[in-house]
Amino acid sequence: MLTAILALTLLALAFGLLLGYAAVRFKVESDPIVDKIDAILPQTQCGQCGFAGCHPYAEAIAKGEVDINLCPPGGETVVLALADLLGRDAKPVEGGAKEKTVAHIDEQTCIGCTLCLQACPVDAILGAAKQMHTIIADECTGCELCVEPCPVDCISMIPIKVEPATWTWPYPAATTQPANAS
Amino acid sequence: MTSAAHPTSSARKLWHFHGGLHLPDHKALSCEQAIAPATLPKRLVLPLQQHIGAPAKPIVEVGDRVLKGQIIGQPDGFVSAALHAPTSGTVVAIEELPVPHPSGLNAPCIIIESDGEDRWGERQPHDNWAGLDPSELRNIIREAGIVGLGGAGFPSFIKLNPGARTEVDTLILNAAECEPYITCDDRLMRERADEVIAGARIMRHALHARRVVIGIEDNKPQAHAALGAALARIDRSDIELVQVPTRYPTGGEKQLIKVLTGKEVPSQGLPIDINIVCHNVATAAAVHRAVELGEPLITRIVTVTGRGVAQPRNLEVLIGTPVDDLLQQCGGTTPMLSRLVLGGPLMGITLAHRGLPVTKTGNCILALTPGEFGQHGPVRNCIRCGECARVCPASLLPQQLYWHARAKDFDKVQDYNLFDCIECGCCTYVCPANLPLVQYYRYAKTTIWSQARDKKRAELARERHDFRLERQEREKAERAAKLAKKKAALEESPAADSEEAKKAAIKAAMERAKAKREAAGVEPKNTENLTADQQRQIEEAEARRATEKKNESANERE
Repeated sequence: MLTAILALTLLALAFGLLLGYAAVRFKVESDPIVDKIDAILPQTQCGQCGFAGCHPYAEAIAKGEVDINLCPPGGETVVLALADLLGRDAKPVEGGAKEKTVAHIDEQTCIGCTLCLQACPVDAILGAAKQMHTIIADECTGCELCVEPCPVDCISMIPIKVEPATWTWPYPAATTQPANAS
Repeated sequence: MTSAAHPTSSARKLWHFHGGLHLPDHKALSCEQAIAPATLPKRLVLPLQQHIGAPAKPIVEVGDRVLKGQIIGQPDGFVSAALHAPTSGTVVAIEELPVPHPSGLNAPCIIIESDGEDRWGERQPHDNWAGLDPSELRNIIREAGIVGLGGAGFPSFIKLNPGARTEVDTLILNAAECEPYITCDDRLMRERADEVIAGARIMRHALHARRVVIGIEDNKPQAHAALGAALARIDRSDIELVQVPTRYPTGGEKQLIKVLTGKEVPSQGLPIDINIVCHNVATAAAVHRAVELGEPLITRIVTVTGRGVAQPRNLEVLIGTPVDDLLQQCGGTTPMLSRLVLGGPLMGITLAHRGLPVTKTGNCILALTPGEFGQHGPVRNCIRCGECARVCPASLLPQQLYWHARAKDFDKVQDYNLFDCIECGCCTYVCPANLPLVQYYRYAKTTIWSQARDKKRAELARERHDFRLERQEREKAERAAKLAKKKAALEESPAADSEEAKKAAIKAAMERAKAKREAAGVEPKNTENLTADQQRQIEEAEARRATEKKNESANERE
């Protein structure tokens, strides 16, 4: 009897210590699910979800505070991936999916005020005070955050052209009934 | 030399690949007429991208006169190919035009108006290729703009570069030409077997390959005989000519390797992983022309066939010739024509219109009439018959791929090795439900690529956003630190001890000035022999100065 109690106590102590050590040694700084969600989001940092960027939105999703369909740039792909990851129901995107665009500065009109530079979440605008600005198209996420601050309305969003190299085959026209329909 | 010196199919053990089909080959339509040169077109449209890799960079300008064979597009980066003027004439435009691509989209092209003279520019033949270093040979082939002419269009010089540490055991020359209707390689071998063999020897030299095996389907006995005769002429017993059974898609690289060697290319791997390199016979002939004649790749043989064209035959065509010109030269199309296809009936793409140009990879123009090839009934539901898995030459499960591609489950579809699918079309051909299976796979593949591109962009954006946040933090901290420093300096300066420090500094300065004065031997002037009046004035001034100073310091203290 006494041996059993002693043995169990010792075991409990040993495992307790082990677990305690593991908790310190393998401490996870951030919530791993937040990073997983963030990895799915398109990183446009556009704020169209109502949060100040993709990471804050990922945090809110992880806490279960908001829906997973608030990301128009991500479209259906992101909703499906999030639904798959979190086991939630997929829904149509709020406000509809958006066509991919890239910002363009009309360099004739630009006055070099730097307001767009400050608005760009990914530093994709090149320029300095009283110097003409230009967009680094490869790095522009199409978030549209630079459009509003421009005092002379010289920034426009132009759709990204599909080229043969980036073209995707269309989903075959659904001419069959779903296989499970009886 | 007798055939005994050339091991034939009987001398070599052959293997089988999984699946495949016996198809009605329809090759008799076009294989009996000799290759005819196509008439010189007035206008040639040359897409800058006719190969896998980056588009060529144009190095001519509108209005430039060009000679036949002159380079007009430089390869841009490693995986790219050069582009040459197929005839002499004038560059009339460099603009976006429709290109033969399943998307039907426009792409940048160089447009040349021919002057009718067909005048060659400078050609640099290399007769002594055997004395050239493989890297020099590869450079010649690269500059000649040669890409795989079998259909994929991968730059050939890359496939001829096995890398320093890889030994090439076998160079396989693909003469299978397994897809129905197509006979351009057949005619090439019948008429220009010497060119093919010459090219094979150059390729072998470039690769330092231990042996060369030519694999040809047994439905081309004349081509086989012509190659055998060519080999006998040069007395080469080290090039092996092997007849393989006719079965679609034996001409697939991996399938031909399996049939000839029994080896399998690893999933998502390359033949070079198992020390094999595979090139098409037409590519070999092009290599011969580039090296020994100095002619870049500016023509190719195109099969114009199908029951929708009046006189099917093979034509030697300048790259960039409109498809319509070729159809006209073959007697025009018949009223029964229902669909124009670029390539074969199983792997080809539908041509949107006849004005599109022939590119380096365009081996066949197929004019189909209704119901001519395969069944095109209404699409029904999958009945899970498993016929597709039985015929798949890549040993995949097409039905599973179909379900997952249909459900847009792109992880699952990759678990079933979607990227090992060669899009041969066997599954679609046998499907009793007429499902467009290959289109589902192509949809899944291109969508996965597109998502990978998006992911890469997202990674970049995340990195830049994080950097921006970090920078803003840093700038804030720097500003705060600067402010704190300023504040601290302000707090320190009016303190009591600083008054003394100031005085000390003044004193020190005065002393320094005095020392300097003394050192320079400068004495105060007019300090001696003063009159009493002058002395009094000085004293008064001193007293005034003293009281002013006192007042000032009193004010300051207040």
